[in-house]
Amino acid sequence: MYTFKSLRKSSKQPVADGARRLAVLGNISTQFLAVAIRGYAALEGLPLSVFDADYNQIEAQLLDPGSEVYGFGPDSILLWLGTDKLYEEFLDLPLEARSGFAESVMQKITMYWDLIAQHSRANILQMNFTEIDDRALGNYSCKVDSAFVYQIRKLNFMLEEAMISRKTVYPVDLFSIQIRLGTEVFYDAPLYYNAKMTVSTDALPYVAKAVIDVQKALAGRIKKCVVLDLDNTLWGGVIGDDGMDNIEIGELGRGHVFTDFQRWLKQLKECGIILCVCSKNNEDTAKKPFEEHDEMILRLSDIALFVANWEDKASNIRLIQKTLNIGMDSMVFIDDNPFERNLVRQMIPEIEVPELPEDPALYLGYLQEQNYFETASFTGAGSDRTKLYQAEFERTKLMMSFESIDGYLESLEMIGEAKPFEESKFSRIAQLTQRSNQFNLRTVRYTDADIQSIASDPNYVTLYYTLRDKFGDHGLVGVIIMKKKNGEELFIDTWLMSCRVLKRGMEEYIVNCFMREAKNRGFKRVYGEYIPTPKNAMVKDIYKTMGFTEISENNYVMDVSKYEEKKIYIKE
Amino acid sequence: MERNEILKKITEIARDVFDNDEVELTEQTTAADVEEWDSLSHLSLVSDIEDEFGITFTLAEVSGSKNVGELVDAIIKHMGEK
Repeated sequence: MYTFKSLRKSSKQPVADGARRLAVLGNISTQFLAVAIRGYAALEGLPLSVFDADYNQIEAQLLDPGSEVYGFGPDSILLWLGTDKLYEEFLDLPLEARSGFAESVMQKITMYWDLIAQHSRANILQMNFTEIDDRALGNYSCKVDSAFVYQIRKLNFMLEEAMISRKTVYPVDLFSIQIRLGTEVFYDAPLYYNAKMTVSTDALPYVAKAVIDVQKALAGRIKKCVVLDLDNTLWGGVIGDDGMDNIEIGELGRGHVFTDFQRWLKQLKECGIILCVCSKNNEDTAKKPFEEHDEMILRLSDIALFVANWEDKASNIRLIQKTLNIGMDSMVFIDDNPFERNLVRQMIPEIEVPELPEDPALYLGYLQEQNYFETASFTGAGSDRTKLYQAEFERTKLMMSFESIDGYLESLEMIGEAKPFEESKFSRIAQLTQRSNQFNLRTVRYTDADIQSIASDPNYVTLYYTLRDKFGDHGLVGVIIMKKKNGEELFIDTWLMSCRVLKRGMEEYIVNCFMREAKNRGFKRVYGEYIPTPKNAMVKDIYKTMGFTEISENNYVMDVSKYEEKKIYIKE
Repeated sequence: MERNEILKKITEIARDVFDNDEVELTEQTTAADVEEWDSLSHLSLVSDIEDEFGITFTLAEVSGSKNVGELVDAIIKHMGEK
């Protein structure tokens, strides 16, 4: 972890243009936190401009539509109600009022959220509450509703419940940091009484990391895939030498460690992370435990891509990355062998390679502390994408068997659908704007709330696209947001597509649909723009390819009357 | 450690914290003498001194020291306790 001193130094670096904007508001002093966040963002290469409101200004800033915070034009507002301050307010209440404390604080917070929604388009980063146990009634406090411990725990739970229905609120789990570090390290009494700061300078970098992790997820910098070694990573021992009966996995002895590790990985998979295997082994030997060992948690069906051979791991990881068609920087490589880790790190600097502790019992704690899998959305049971990728390999196999691409596409029996945004899809659409990097013409990131307001705004024409074929349903894979320039012209604000469906005529289908939509609504011209990023070169010429006319660098136009529908194999 | 040595060390720390290589500290220097020395940078200074010498100041020392000399007194006192 960085030290506060190094964060303070890097906080002085100038912030790049176009940086995200974060306003920090607290009922305690937030100056050092703002410094730490600035510094952390700079060291992580995340352009972030931070505004720190003065001490205890939450209400004054949020109530006044002309306040500095709103004037700053924040993308995010960090709200921090320090427990130390709340505790003092709690004790100033008469005893009989204390049992309603959590409710009254929650009311205040909901009011803040409403005010922010009313005056700004910022999303909200909400700190949860650290705990103070003042031992007023000793252990007995836990069952006395007028005790602070009882109320602060209730408040954390109420906050979690309230956030579920608030799409624009993102939690910052400050409490988990207090638990991880221990109150001894987390809190510095002289610092609090001196400067009203409730977090020690040693703990501040951890708090800054939590805030930056959320910011990164909001900016689309997330991990999507874990590549796993097998021997001494997923089980104890070497399958090729020790054999099925002797590898360590299961509830007994050291096997328990690996079983729990697999349980955790399985959960990641259920939450939408793709699991792949990259092992130096014979394929049959390596697959056997997944197929036949009773105590394995992970099964072959949990692994999207299984690569076992004697090639070097960097080449194999490149192969996995190409097949999945995701960014190298969205992958994590987990291997117990320092030699393999160094090789991969050297050959592929973008990939995340955790420096696993030597003792397998410590793997899990170490990986959890890194918090690789921060996300800004969760779509529930539909998150598991493993099957999608497995179906994709079936398609690839089928494609190999055809002489012409047309024959292959026809045999897929594809069915597409294009519809205006609707409520049940807002989350998935927002998620795609946050996650898509390659097939994304302007890389504009939207939150759930943005999508909701665009959907109901008459100045926008929106379409989401789904695709299925005989191997399965791809789900929602394309998004178009067009903004009215005037009564006759539309501008394509967002065009993105999941790379899973590349080269199937989906690009053409998308254009056919949005041009038809423009025509039906009486528009005459549709404008498109390509904004280059380090990742979206693949769509640099897409407008040209689709027959648009270039009007200036990266800007294109199409006359609605001149557009001819492209031939495709996707039926509606 | 001699007073002079301590003074030299905290001068280095102060230059770093205040981002100004021309800062000269004497026992008589007060916050008012250094332009960059405000309440926030004071806390950074204190935190860096604590890290450097491996000590922890009391609240009174952090907020009540009238000049650099008194900070040096406090450092010597805490180092003696180690």
